[in-house]
Amino acid sequence: MKKLKRISSRSALTIATLALPLAMIGACSSNATNTTGDTAEPAPTEAPSAVDVRGETITIYSGRSEALMSALFTQFTIDTGVKVEVRYGDSGELAALLLTEGDKSPADIYFSQDAGALGAVESAGLLSTLPADVTDAVEAKFRSTSGAWVATSGRARVLVYNPELVATPPASLDDLLDPQWKGKIGYAPSNASWQSFVTALRLTRGEDGARAWLTGLAANEPVAYEKNGVVRDAVNSGEISMGLINHYYLYELISKIGADKVVAKNHFFRDGDAGSLVNIAGVGVLASSKKSDAALVLVRYLLSVAGQSYFAGKTFEYPMIPGVIQFVSLPALAELNPPSVDLADLKTLEETQELLEEVGLLTK
Amino acid sequence: MTRLLRAPVAIAAPALLAAVVAIVPLIYLFDASLSRGVDAAVREVIVSRTTILLIRTLLLTLVVTAACAIVGTINAWLVVRSSLPLRPVWLILLAMPLAIPSYLSAFAWVSWIPTMSGFLGASVVLTLASYPYVMLPVAAMLRGADPMLEDVARSLGVSAQSALVRVTLRQVAPAIWAGSLLVALYVVSDFGAVAAMRLETFTWVIYGAYRAGFNPARAATLALMLVALALLLILLERRFRTRVTQRIGAGTARSSVRRAPFTLVAPALIVALTSIGFGIGVPLVSSISWTRNGTAITDWSAVLETIMSSFWIGFLTGLATLLLALPVGILLARFKGHLANVTEGAVFVTHSLPGIVVALSVVYLGINLVRPLYQQVPLLVFGQVIIFLPLVVGAVRTSIEQSRVALEDVSRSLGVSRMATVFRVTIPLATPGIAAGGALAVLGAMKELPTTLILRPTSVETLATSIWKYSVVSDFGAVGPYAVALMFLAALPTALLSHVAVAKVAR
Repeated sequence: MKKLKRISSRSALTIATLALPLAMIGACSSNATNTTGDTAEPAPTEAPSAVDVRGETITIYSGRSEALMSALFTQFTIDTGVKVEVRYGDSGELAALLLTEGDKSPADIYFSQDAGALGAVESAGLLSTLPADVTDAVEAKFRSTSGAWVATSGRARVLVYNPELVATPPASLDDLLDPQWKGKIGYAPSNASWQSFVTALRLTRGEDGARAWLTGLAANEPVAYEKNGVVRDAVNSGEISMGLINHYYLYELISKIGADKVVAKNHFFRDGDAGSLVNIAGVGVLASSKKSDAALVLVRYLLSVAGQSYFAGKTFEYPMIPGVIQFVSLPALAELNPPSVDLADLKTLEETQELLEEVGLLTK
Repeated sequence: MTRLLRAPVAIAAPALLAAVVAIVPLIYLFDASLSRGVDAAVREVIVSRTTILLIRTLLLTLVVTAACAIVGTINAWLVVRSSLPLRPVWLILLAMPLAIPSYLSAFAWVSWIPTMSGFLGASVVLTLASYPYVMLPVAAMLRGADPMLEDVARSLGVSAQSALVRVTLRQVAPAIWAGSLLVALYVVSDFGAVAAMRLETFTWVIYGAYRAGFNPARAATLALMLVALALLLILLERRFRTRVTQRIGAGTARSSVRRAPFTLVAPALIVALTSIGFGIGVPLVSSISWTRNGTAITDWSAVLETIMSSFWIGFLTGLATLLLALPVGILLARFKGHLANVTEGAVFVTHSLPGIVVALSVVYLGINLVRPLYQQVPLLVFGQVIIFLPLVVGAVRTSIEQSRVALEDVSRSLGVSRMATVFRVTIPLATPGIAAGGALAVLGAMKELPTTLILRPTSVETLATSIWKYSVVSDFGAVGPYAVALMFLAALPTALLSHVAVAKVAR
């Protein structure tokens, strides 16, 4: 009986997570021109560019992990004929590498897990301007103002909480500072998304406002964890009441161990404050690339229905183009009401780390 | 006994080449640091935060180095001088923490005891990871030490304990100093352990300047301060390092005797058991438990493939480092003087630089000067050589210093040329040290992560990069097999290293 229930509760997720990649594999084995489920979109291969790029090899510096990306890149090569060489690394470290390589970089594409790193590579003048038809497909706040990079998926900040320990989660960031939550908030101090959230806090409230909030949080003695996933597990097991993480960690857990074993819930602040930040993973084409036509084929592919469905299905992130079905449990992106910050400004991460160090929330 | 002789060109020229290779990162650092003007660089140096960082880094270096000097010396004394059974096995086990990368053991510790993160955790992990750098040279020197001096002390009525401290310890002091310098430079450069332990040291901020600040100029300025710190450490060691004493006059030293009072053996045994249990037990048990708890099916052919590339890169690095280290070691041991001092400084100073700095300096050099080799194996090996050169030079130098100069004099008096003497006498006598040095470089290259990640050919995976690849997505079930494989693979050069010392111990 219990087993049956578990299977049924997982089935919705199974559809969401497995169907899309499976459909892709199906498309690949039959070598058809892309049929992702029922969508009747044209194949993403047909770039407006007249140049034939089949057989070309492009080099990608990917700050997104191999575990996540390799299946999509394989499918991309099958669908478009463009081969890829992928160098995986930390998004920030790859940005530093690009800055050191300068205009001699062998990279054609920079794929980052974070808008700030894209902003930094852009301000060094290393990214070319993407064609308007590529950038226009994505909402203005999720792309570079100059058109140097564009988001490929969105990642919302949430407060994950355990309803058995917290009946009603705090309504806003400032409510988190209430003494009743002392020692009950988990966070991952060295995590890039947490630090981006604090950067957004600095951008929205100013340095003093951010310092005041962080000092208040520090007074509430938040519990530091190694990684976001560990925070999530601690909340789910009841070890801690709530945690500040990204939205998709909860859905990862549900897809892994089954919805019946997950008590934790996501709370979206939706108040236009830094707590509602939607950071992105995004992509840009290097100005020094000699294969920018082939590189653009990849950018278009990532923003195609196939690419966007892949992220929505595999990582539960927000798709960036209209018409792609997002993960079923998620509130609509439009409802999240993220703060009005230029995502490229998230590159001031080092100042954030100094502030976190100053208030005692970064290191021990 | 040292003689001030001019080094033959055949020694001096390749030694200078090694020095040039070693200072490649410095050239890049000066260039990058000054790219925003001298003022910006100076501002970076004088901000108060830098002072706090400097003090914290120095404190960590001091604590870990002192702990390693004590633990390493006690362990060396136990395996050489006590009558413990199976002493060669003990030595190999005690050297095994060398086979475990600091990032792995630090992670194993914080997942076991989360509250130990910070200064305490970083000190413990770094001490357990690096005491063998002191233990191995001390064990070798202790075995070679002439027991006559101790006999004289005892015959003058000095107690066994007192003779140990006043005579024997002083005899092996050069080895303790040399090992401690390597430990100190390593602690200054380490990022893996302090990152996992969340201790903000200089390397933490340098990594931050690259990865979060996207500011290579700032990172370079901070790295140059590490270089200054390293120079200070090197000069400090040079000031205090006593010369190796060699018996002169008639007679030959007999083998040292094993006489260790139980009152000293018992506490030493506790230190040794703690070193082994915590140094290899904790990370090994963690890795095995990750493997067992992993749900994914391990692709053993992929593991095998990465073992092969780790082995291959390690082997090439070992060979290349040894070729460069040999002339430097001979120069430092036999031809002391300004040239030797400068070369020594150049080779050792970069050991204090974190991997990312060395890697990006090789990127800068490679992409501008030898573009066809960029992101190819030769340039990766080049980067690794810079990092591991000091370890190998240290081993070679100590070994040559210990072999008797008199034998070289005999060779010369028989009409053999100076270079021929080097090849026929000096190098063969130093074979154990040369083998140990090569093994150290192979070992280091197998464990090395940050430089490998940046300089490797695209899509080549080593055991270290595979561990990184799966740990960033928290897939510890997949990390486990690679971690275990790395420990077992790295155990081979470690066993060779100890075998060199064992051969002497068991003699």
